[in-house]
Amino acid sequence: MGFMHLKPQTHSTVITYAIVVVAFIVVTLLDGMGLISNSLSGQLVPICAYVSLAVSLNLVVGVSGELSLGHAGFMSVGAFTGVIVAGCLARMGVESELLLFAGSAVVGAVVAGIIGFLVGIPVMRLRGDYLAIVTLAFGEIIKNLLNNFYIGVDDAGLHFSMTDSSSLGMSQGTILINGPKGAVGIDKISTFVLGVVVVLITVAVVLNLMHSRDGRAIMAVRDNRIAAESVGINTTKYRLIAFTVASALAGMAGVLYAMNYSTVIPSQFDFNQSILILVYVVLGGMGNISGSIISAAFLTVLPEVLRPINNYRMLIYAVVLILVMVVPHTKVYQRAADALRERFHKAAPKPAAEGGEADE
Amino acid sequence: MSKLTDFGKQRRETTKMVPVPSVSIMPERDLGSAPALECLHLGIEFGGLKAVDDFNITVGRTEICGLIGPNGAGKTTVFNLLTKVYQPTRGTIMVDGKDTAGMNPAKVNQLGVARTFQNIRLFNTMTVEENVMVGLHNQRHCGLATSVLRLPHHWKSERWYQERALELLDIFDMTGLATHEAGSLPYGAQRRLEIVRALATNPKLLLLDEPAAGMNPSETADLMENIVKIRDTFQIAIMLIEHDMNLVMNICEGLCVLNFGKIIAKGTPEEIQQNEAVIEAYLGKQKGGEA
Amino acid sequence: MEFLANLINGMSLGSVYAIIALGYTMVYGIAKMLNFAHGDIIMVGAYICFCAVSYLGLPVIAGILLSVVGCTVLGIVIERLAYKPLRSAPSLNVLITAIGVSYFLQNAALLIMGSDPKSFSMILSLPALHLFDGRLTISATAVITILACVAIMVALTMFTGRTKMGKAMRACSEDRDAAQLMGINVNSTISMVFAIGSGLAAIAGVLMCAAYPTLMPTTGSMPGIKAFTAAVLGGIGSIPGAALGGVLLGIIEIFARAYIGTQLADAVVFAVLIVMLLIRPAGLLGKPVNEKV
Repeated sequence: MGFMHLKPQTHSTVITYAIVVVAFIVVTLLDGMGLISNSLSGQLVPICAYVSLAVSLNLVVGVSGELSLGHAGFMSVGAFTGVIVAGCLARMGVESELLLFAGSAVVGAVVAGIIGFLVGIPVMRLRGDYLAIVTLAFGEIIKNLLNNFYIGVDDAGLHFSMTDSSSLGMSQGTILINGPKGAVGIDKISTFVLGVVVVLITVAVVLNLMHSRDGRAIMAVRDNRIAAESVGINTTKYRLIAFTVASALAGMAGVLYAMNYSTVIPSQFDFNQSILILVYVVLGGMGNISGSIISAAFLTVLPEVLRPINNYRMLIYAVVLILVMVVPHTKVYQRAADALRERFHKAAPKPAAEGGEADE
Repeated sequence: MSKLTDFGKQRRETTKMVPVPSVSIMPERDLGSAPALECLHLGIEFGGLKAVDDFNITVGRTEICGLIGPNGAGKTTVFNLLTKVYQPTRGTIMVDGKDTAGMNPAKVNQLGVARTFQNIRLFNTMTVEENVMVGLHNQRHCGLATSVLRLPHHWKSERWYQERALELLDIFDMTGLATHEAGSLPYGAQRRLEIVRALATNPKLLLLDEPAAGMNPSETADLMENIVKIRDTFQIAIMLIEHDMNLVMNICEGLCVLNFGKIIAKGTPEEIQQNEAVIEAYLGKQKGGEA
Repeated sequence: MEFLANLINGMSLGSVYAIIALGYTMVYGIAKMLNFAHGDIIMVGAYICFCAVSYLGLPVIAGILLSVVGCTVLGIVIERLAYKPLRSAPSLNVLITAIGVSYFLQNAALLIMGSDPKSFSMILSLPALHLFDGRLTISATAVITILACVAIMVALTMFTGRTKMGKAMRACSEDRDAAQLMGINVNSTISMVFAIGSGLAAIAGVLMCAAYPTLMPTTGSMPGIKAFTAAVLGGIGSIPGAALGGVLLGIIEIFARAYIGTQLADAVVFAVLIVMLLIRPAGLLGKPVNEKV
């Protein structure tokens, strides 16, 4: 069976994986030839993290159709949990970086998933813009709480405080989370290969979920909530599943992100970070996974490419964002697009007309 | 067309409706078993306005029953009450002998009530096949982890959903449209898909809200044939709201007429055609006693 | 006494939120969009007033007028260029465009004014009120802010209730298509709402910077989000709701800062919003909308 004969669903799935794998091979080859600049190679892990975040947020915004403005909150839960787990494992004598990363990523994802589930229970009672503002509120609450967390580890175990680091009561331990100063002294164990693995896991989970019984239910709720209820689908349950899975995946991406730096602070994971991820999703297309991958990678690289015109780069970024959204809706563009379409698709296959479906 | 009308007539002649104590009438053949639907004193108020009041009905297990009445009489509201889109202010709804008090729409569907909508509600961005597969959701289980990890059970389930969906679509000659996007279908096909999707949930009672709306006479004739076919194949009860009197009088065995939220008449199509109150509700009060 | 001082401070901060929230809520009501750039209009308004007073040497009143006019024009221009082409687009596209506009305004301000905070203190220097033998001090800014908020509320209520334009606005927010069929020029009505909202944002910007005298390109973003929260709390689309939500939010924030801690104040504010929405999903004064089946 040739590639073109596959079902369209399988077709796009193959393309999505291919994009990731080809990008990985190309970047590795270029890096081997020394063709990738320092500033860009420093961006490789963040790119992977943002791609994972965009893909997981697409599960909520695109697939489940709920606007979430607090995705960075779950990313930070993962990031900080990962730092704690890595700190504890290191103290227990685990030396393998792979094990440290795997342990942090799994626990980070599970904890972020649990927080996502707990947040999701009240959030899923709301709809539309009200749901959006509540996710924003939860994101800000998570950031604020993390600003007040002081966590350290010594031989006696974990210590926790909400006042300051000196009240942790440790004699000779390491401070892992230091309030507004964030997670300090992180082992920088994230690598591009690990990043690509995280991306592949995220993509696989989201695509497999989308093309399954539960995924169909999630999309049915998005397309028409009342009709979905009428065929026996528990709408709250499936919206909650999408939200929880996306939170867990964001947590895993957060671990990847944090482990790339020696310090991360809670205020990095604010509302603007959530918005940034949302921008990737919207530009890539609702429910379009390969679109999210490409737009997240492109928009993370864009400010780096614009670095020579440093002062103007964010201004240009803003203008690009507005133009990409507005231009397709202007009359000039629509007329041009129609003209092009007519030229290339003279005999466009139209869906069967009324009464003409007896063509089988 | 003429063959179908004959079919309807034949059906009507063979059906004998008998009164059920205090509630309604049912076809004689359904008397031995519990009714598919039983409503007692059902009512709902919107800000003091009684949109539906004291609604009593019994629908036999294989009955085709019509709910008619002028615009704004509360017919769709009855459907919304039966499917719990609205929670009734008072009264009881029994589906297959079980009380549905406190249930949500999804639970009621799992109990055996499926419906279509007056303003078509499909999953527009999904394919025709997927729409039906969503309808089959509760007919077979496959866990989240099983799906995400792509375990063998997932593939087996997917094949089952797909085969079953195509079987159902075949009944309405829609297999050729299986991979089309539901939102892009022509109007008539969308209405049929809604019925297939509802049937996929394996209901005991199928509620059709104006299934012939916007259809031309030949499509309506096909639809009439299909409705009877559904009842005969699946052995289920069908309740329909319809303004097309030709359709209603030909295929319904029992009729219930609603006006201003209240039942004004119940009976066989012949009885309803002769009923003074019904004629008055539809045509207004006639002077001089001429009906 | 401390309680009373906090209450007045809270009402003053809340009045600022209320004025911003009015702009949010009116734009949402009529254009059904979350205008995330609204917070940055505040910042632009404050900068215009700052420049007019400290660089051009104009009197404060002239500075405020200039900033109101400037922001009104800016609001109309933004609406025409960025939002108008998207009338029939999915709401998320409009949201992303608004975010783009927000980035644009912030970065333009960064380029023009630089990133170092400007001190705004000289603009309103009226003597503070001392009550109860000096045990309670109320700053003049707080009094002016609260009075301004009340005046704006009264004016807006009169405008939407009595004038032809105001009625057109209400008709458009109820049902845009029907309003158009009745001969209302929907486009100019929407422009009008953006103009009013942006003008109010300018006033809010000046008042806020008078009370919290640091002005940076990002000054508007947090108050913008808080005001958005206030609008939702009061029931988005409702003008009295926005005012009530704003004042409540301000009071809660000041009390949380005083009695719970500065670090957690924002968390408390957002937690109140969440709890409130769970109890009343359409906000305090919002009307629940049921989908017709």
